[in-house]
Amino acid sequence: MSNLYKYLKKYKKQFILGPMFKLLEAIFELIVPVVMAEIIDVGIANSDKRYILIMGGVLVLLAVVGLASALVCQYLATVCSQGFGTEVRSVLFDHINSLSMNEMDKFGVSSMVTRFNSDINQMQLGVAMLIRLAIRAPFLVIGATISAIILKPSISWIFLVTAPLVALVLYVIMSKTIPVYTKNQAKLDKITSIARENFSGMRVVRAFTEQDREQEKFEKSTEQYSRSVIAIGRVSALLNPLTFLIINLAMVAILYFGGKKINVNYMTQGELIAFVNYMTQISLALVVVANMVVLFSKSYASAKRVSELLATEPKVTDDGNTSVELDNDAPVISFKNVSFRYNNGGCALKNLSVDIMSGQTVGIIGGTGSGKSTIINLLPRFYDVSEGELLIAGTDIKKYPFGQLRSLIGLVPQQSILFAGTIRSNMLWQKPDATDEEITEALKIAQAYDFVMQKKDKLDSVVQQKGKNFSGGQRQRLCIARAVVGKPKILILDDSMSALDFATDLALRRAINNSLPKDTTKIIISQRATSIKNADTIIVMDKGEPVGIGKHAQLLKSCEVYREIYESQQKAPHEKDVKNEK
Amino acid sequence: MKSKHTLVRLVSYTKPYAFLLFVSLLSAVVSVAVTLLIPILTGDAIDYMVEGNVDFASVFKYIYILIALIAAGTLFQWLLTACTNSLTFRTVRDLRNQLFSHINKLPLKYLDSQQQGDITARISSDMDQVSEGLLQGFTQLFSGVLTIVATIGILFYLNWIIALVVLVLTPLSLFVASFITKRSHSTFAAQAVKRGEVSGYVEEIFAGHKLVQAFCQEQNQKEIFAVHNNELYRTGFKSQFYGALVNPCTRFVNNLVYASVGVVGALIALWADAPMALTPGMLFTFLMYANQYTKPFNEITGVITEIQSASAAAKRIFRVLDEEQEASDENNEVLENCDGSLKIDNVYFSYIADRPLIQGLNLDVKQGQRIAIVGPTGCGKTTLINLLMRFYDVNSGSISMSGKDIRNITRKSLRDNYGMVLQDSWLFEGTIKENIAYGKYDASDDDIINAAKLANAHDFIDKFPDKYDTMLTENGDNLSQGQKQLLCIARIMLTHPPMLILDEATSSIDTRTEMKIQDAFYNLMQGRTSFIVAHRLSTIRECDVILVMKDGNIIEQGNHNELLAKKGFYYTLYNSQFENS
Repeated sequence: MSNLYKYLKKYKKQFILGPMFKLLEAIFELIVPVVMAEIIDVGIANSDKRYILIMGGVLVLLAVVGLASALVCQYLATVCSQGFGTEVRSVLFDHINSLSMNEMDKFGVSSMVTRFNSDINQMQLGVAMLIRLAIRAPFLVIGATISAIILKPSISWIFLVTAPLVALVLYVIMSKTIPVYTKNQAKLDKITSIARENFSGMRVVRAFTEQDREQEKFEKSTEQYSRSVIAIGRVSALLNPLTFLIINLAMVAILYFGGKKINVNYMTQGELIAFVNYMTQISLALVVVANMVVLFSKSYASAKRVSELLATEPKVTDDGNTSVELDNDAPVISFKNVSFRYNNGGCALKNLSVDIMSGQTVGIIGGTGSGKSTIINLLPRFYDVSEGELLIAGTDIKKYPFGQLRSLIGLVPQQSILFAGTIRSNMLWQKPDATDEEITEALKIAQAYDFVMQKKDKLDSVVQQKGKNFSGGQRQRLCIARAVVGKPKILILDDSMSALDFATDLALRRAINNSLPKDTTKIIISQRATSIKNADTIIVMDKGEPVGIGKHAQLLKSCEVYREIYESQQKAPHEKDVKNEK
Repeated sequence: MKSKHTLVRLVSYTKPYAFLLFVSLLSAVVSVAVTLLIPILTGDAIDYMVEGNVDFASVFKYIYILIALIAAGTLFQWLLTACTNSLTFRTVRDLRNQLFSHINKLPLKYLDSQQQGDITARISSDMDQVSEGLLQGFTQLFSGVLTIVATIGILFYLNWIIALVVLVLTPLSLFVASFITKRSHSTFAAQAVKRGEVSGYVEEIFAGHKLVQAFCQEQNQKEIFAVHNNELYRTGFKSQFYGALVNPCTRFVNNLVYASVGVVGALIALWADAPMALTPGMLFTFLMYANQYTKPFNEITGVITEIQSASAAAKRIFRVLDEEQEASDENNEVLENCDGSLKIDNVYFSYIADRPLIQGLNLDVKQGQRIAIVGPTGCGKTTLINLLMRFYDVNSGSISMSGKDIRNITRKSLRDNYGMVLQDSWLFEGTIKENIAYGKYDASDDDIINAAKLANAHDFIDKFPDKYDTMLTENGDNLSQGQKQLLCIARIMLTHPPMLILDEATSSIDTRTEMKIQDAFYNLMQGRTSFIVAHRLSTIRECDVILVMKDGNIIEQGNHNELLAKKGFYYTLYNSQFENS
């Protein structure tokens, strides 16, 4: 957690001054009952109007000064907590962007987003409340008790009994109910998930006319939830009545024992009233303390999660690397006996050795999970090789600064993701200073020009988050265009034409071959044998191993896996398989 | 007017629990009465405590009454919360069930036009808001208003001068509260919007981590985020600060009321010719009231904003509930013994009135025929499925199954005759067995295993440690795409429908599974009339009739060889797949 304190340190002044002002307010609040007692015991008893008015003035003054110190405190708390949160967000954002895929895989995107949003917000709230309440509420409880002791020690025992009793009730009820809330939340999530599942499959549900059973399932979950919520509600509903009971019984006790003291002239009516007032203050403050405990335990858990993320170091770095001289005669990419393992996993890539020359087209084919994408993940150094060596233009990939290495590569990912903004802003990712002509050329190569031009705002058309206002096929083409804009030396297409119909697929492959500079190296992953069969080199992957490297005709003869894939896509399988089985 | 209507309608849902509602309201009345009586009785008791001469007989009388009242207050406070809680969650449960059932009866025409997440939100977050805000808020509002009215009444009864002092200061409290809530409400809304924006942005960037790094966007995104972060600070600062004003300010007003009541009370006590007497005990009562008085105001302002947003949520729920359900088909004929023939007669259909899609479609399908539907994306292949299954009704013309217009038979009997396997295989959270038996939940284990074998799914199921009892996560995410599809095929194997609708997956599935699926499809199609939205030439070539669709129309129709000979659109489509680049 220490990695978070340093961001709080910047707001040390606010962090210390804030509670002091709050303390001031609490002290003023504690003076009020005493002043009121004086009004009754001195003012009324002596019929002193002037005294009453002066004391009234004191009360108003106390209120004003109290308000002022409270406002100062709230202001300081806001500056400190918001400043702290903003600082942490900024640092964490950079930190996450510097992590390698190893760490991204470990945490997962949704966990990162949660940590980034709700956890930082929760931390921020925790800091604010720490300043605003952590001092005030306990101080009020203790202060009221001490004031009572000073006022009349012999009946102040009522306070010493009441405060712990209320605290106990709060503790018992909260420790019984809070764990159940988490369980109830899970039950509520279940309702949502059944609903979501049903809606996403509404065609299937209707096709099987299963609405009634779906309803039954849903009602079961709502029934479970409502039962459980109502049951726990009965327990948590005890909280207020029980504190009410204790505090009011304590008041009755004050009446009884106070009455006795008044009878022997040991106590005044005004003092008795002050006692009751302190009791009210304690009951209010204790409720705040209870809420605070919940809040702080949540904030603490959040801070731990944020801190953990912040403490994670990227496994892959380019620290100290300087620009590399490219050797144009060496193979542009050279895998030398490369193996790779994901975090603690089995081997995802075994012993790959291949040289790829500048301007070549390389096809990679194989089933799901065969290691195709792994090969590609190594090229921009999303991960480092576990064994062996990977050279780009003659130099070990680990010696490149990220900027230089990655600007050599145009990547089209398997999942076509665009980023919120405009088409143009997305097209400028590879080359920030690209002209409209360059963008247009790229769009034409990617077969995206026509549909972009049909849009009202053309290049300035809005792209929504992840590009969800475009169809799958359009997104894929835009992603290809984005990578092509800077005319990168190495173009990587990771199964990125699957949503295109055959005609578009063909036109695109032709454009990539004909319109890009001759020395562009193209690496194409595909499931369709037809998409890669004309490649200069085809790498056939199976269970992490390269089982064949060569040209189409060659592999068809020598590589069984390749032949199987190719043939299965050429004719109906049952012509062969079914007959074999019979 | 509208919001009142929503509220009334919502309250009508509590009818079955009228008793709980009655107990809640009664408890509220008792609780309020007790909280207001305690200060009066305590004050009275104090008045019997003259220094050096306490009237213990009277004080004890009050103490007994007080203890009785406290006991009653405790009980009724508990009843109030417990009953309201029970009432709330029962009502919301009913409302949820009704909404869920309603949505399942809404036409797909409506549902397709809605965002799925939106509909889910009606069931989840909107319902929560209704339960928290409207129902619980309602009783809080009730007891709050009751407290205020009763306090003012009692104050006037006890001492009209002090009552006036309190009444004069009330608007101040209201003014402060409304000023702050108005401000903080808009800043909260601004902050929520900004937070949503930033959260979306951050998710996009984190999810696109590879791309951010591959395109060296770290610095660029850092700058973009700095702008977002600044905005977030600005809105966050405002909303937090305004929010933090509420407590100190109302406390301040409270303190002013307290001081005024104290001073005015003390002065009245001294005023010999005052129209009413005022004892220290009464002063105590007034001070307690002054302390409690602003509390219901704060609560009410809080509750009102919650009620507002809850009533908005209720409105969204009712809007869905007010959508018209699919026309009832109770009186339609039940189609028995479907002969597997189908006739599409001069069908016109469009989703949007002025954008015609399918125009004058005719098709005559005989028992056992295989019909491939091919064409580029957006050509209307899915639309055809929508019409066949009667997810949508045709605009004009007719579709008849087994010689009967499908609008005249029950939806159940129509759909029972189809086995449908869609591209994105839908599975639910449950065991593999339950998923296979989806259309026939009373199927025996042997039948299920047999169906899985026919669908080529048995082998991979058998490899799971729990075999057929393996739990699938939501949407079957622990299975591969291909395995999911095999399970969906197994489902159909179990129900034996005479007709099939198959939607071949475009997305890539590894070769071996792919072959299994093809083989399973083949098994499935034996002797059944089948419609196949096909992407694979191997499938297409085998079909009796190929419908080539483009822009909602069938532009070519015939078998593989006939269509190739035609050298039309199919010919181009076919060649593009196999032509070398």
